[in-house]
Amino acid sequence: METSQKKVKVPVIADLFSQGKKPEYLLWVGSAGAFDDRYKHVSRAFVKVLDQLGISYAVLGTEESSSGDVARRAGNEMLFQMQALMNIEIFEGYEVRKILTCDPHAYNTFKNEYPDLGGTYEVIHHTQFLRDRIADDSLKIPGNALAGKTITFHDPCYLGRANREYNAPRQVLEAMSVTRKEMKRNMSFALCCGAGGGQMFKEAEKGEKEVFIERTEEALETGADIIATACPYCMVMITDGLKYKNKEKEVNNYDIAELVAFALDL
Amino acid sequence: MTNQIIFLATLLVTLLAFGYTIRRFVGFFSITRAGFPVRQIGRRIGVMLEVAIGQTKIFRRPVMGFLHALVFWGFCVILIGSVEMVIDGLTGKERVLSFLGVVYDIIMASGDVFALIITLAIIVFLARRVFLNVKRFSGIEMKHISHLDANVALTMILLLMLSLLGMNVFYVQATLQAGHEIAGYYPVGRLLASWIDTDAHTSEVLYQVNWWMHILLIFIFANYLPYSKHFHVFMSVPNVFLSRLDPLGKLDTMESITKEVKIMMDPEQAFSSPAEGEGEEEVPERFGILDIEDISWKSYLDSLSCTECGRCTSVCPANITGKKLSPRKIVMDVRARMKEKGPGILKIGKEYTDERSLIRDFISEEELWACTLCNACAQECPININQPALIVGMRRYLVMEESAAPGELNAIFSNIENNGAPWQFSQEDRMLWAEDIVINEKSQ
Repeated sequence: METSQKKVKVPVIADLFSQGKKPEYLLWVGSAGAFDDRYKHVSRAFVKVLDQLGISYAVLGTEESSSGDVARRAGNEMLFQMQALMNIEIFEGYEVRKILTCDPHAYNTFKNEYPDLGGTYEVIHHTQFLRDRIADDSLKIPGNALAGKTITFHDPCYLGRANREYNAPRQVLEAMSVTRKEMKRNMSFALCCGAGGGQMFKEAEKGEKEVFIERTEEALETGADIIATACPYCMVMITDGLKYKNKEKEVNNYDIAELVAFALDL
Repeated sequence: MTNQIIFLATLLVTLLAFGYTIRRFVGFFSITRAGFPVRQIGRRIGVMLEVAIGQTKIFRRPVMGFLHALVFWGFCVILIGSVEMVIDGLTGKERVLSFLGVVYDIIMASGDVFALIITLAIIVFLARRVFLNVKRFSGIEMKHISHLDANVALTMILLLMLSLLGMNVFYVQATLQAGHEIAGYYPVGRLLASWIDTDAHTSEVLYQVNWWMHILLIFIFANYLPYSKHFHVFMSVPNVFLSRLDPLGKLDTMESITKEVKIMMDPEQAFSSPAEGEGEEEVPERFGILDIEDISWKSYLDSLSCTECGRCTSVCPANITGKKLSPRKIVMDVRARMKEKGPGILKIGKEYTDERSLIRDFISEEELWACTLCNACAQECPININQPALIVGMRRYLVMEESAAPGELNAIFSNIENNGAPWQFSQEDRMLWAEDIVINEKSQ
């Protein structure tokens, strides 16, 4: 068996439209997915998987802007609605029906909040998408790449409590031959990583401890080799937590999409 | 006949006092803002059966949750007996519902057993509060009066149950001694009666004493509750019925803002639409929540239903890590502020001011900005109170009326406005992440 390398080109929706083509999914990359040095790797891993599966998708590219989620949760309803109405106009222009995203915050605002402003879409989180591809047998994950690893999954608030999606990421992990361990607080009881509601961008208020340290300690208690996340904020916070605890060499923090890409050896 | 007249008079006093209280609360509700419309009655009944009657959310803490569920279910059964007592008291008859036969036996037997179970549960609750240092029952919002209120209410329930048991014991005793047939079935009452030795007259007197004590305690309790955190007993089931049905992740859309944003994005529309009520400029509603008149009826109902159990605060990531924020305090502050400012507004009108406000005089900015909007508090609340709605409402006021967000947040607002991302990266660079991606292809 020989291995050769193939370049992956991420399709931009405007280009497809100028060729008279229309993708099935719009992939919403999100600001962290485009700009955060660590989280870019998640976007890259996920498009590799999409490419491998031959999915018809495209990104907005330079036409993408903030979903407005963080502005809204920080109290700036005016800015949120401006962003939302602008995005809805762009989605309309490209006849977007299905939105795929790795960011639970974007997922939540598109799914639950944009409809109030006139934008209704089928919104799919990447963990749900991967679960469905495993279920319909189009995604087959060979069991050896991560064999012997112990993984604990940290529930993002906006996938879990906000939208009651606790199973999709766990089902994807189940499909790899790994040992799964739950943290003490999991699913609807899960502790926030500490970044939501605008906290990601500001100093925490005075207290005894940072939330991300509390959560990282809990994840480390499971003895897992890998802490799996499915949200850009959680990724940043847990990565910081591992550094703070000097554990970044022994314990890794990966997004579910990255784990799937590893397992597929992409 | 004398008994009936005394009973009727007591009942009237009770109802009058209760009516006065209710009128006061109706007034307070009239100050609040419109919230969501109450639709989907079928779904609401479902939520009520599951969360209120089924007590599903309190079981998230299984041990104490189970004790609470027993107390709640017991209350429901015992309530039937209390209704019968009122009818008996008014008509001068005895046990008017006994015509129900076996059903009556079952109701009375369950009430009798539950009275014992509740007695034991309440003793556990009181002991936990008085002798154990349960973290959930402390916090900056838990003042001496909160603890006193809890203990008074629990003691009242204990007395209610003891008088009910006493009633059953001496009813059994007196009826057996008189050679009559016992209406209903009382397993605990019978057992206790077999241990005591009273003469027929004493039994009858003690039955009457316990009967009156029980009904008077109910009347007093009913009028104490609305001024206590135990208003919960009346309000929690309606509060669950009136739950917000949206997913926890959804925040309410401010329609007043939508109007403004649409005008900003399409100025022509602003000029083409004729000015409504010409000449008269309507005073625009304040954006967000500064004070009590800005909250929705639902948030006020939440605050009246809260029994200060502290489950919300015990799961709050900010509170767990020592920040000042406590979701329970936010809810309690809403109730306290209405009590403080509500009467003035009702008397003088919306322009009434006491130079104080919910933000700052009750809830500090530090508390509001510590929230991660993780919704753990709302998830945990056994009666579906929505604390984040209040926190976001107050943040909206601070940001849109006072531009008083922390500096870092103001910076991300201007970044989003200028370059469409919370960071200072150019929108033109949004595809850099996608350069040079390669995958390994396997060929045989």
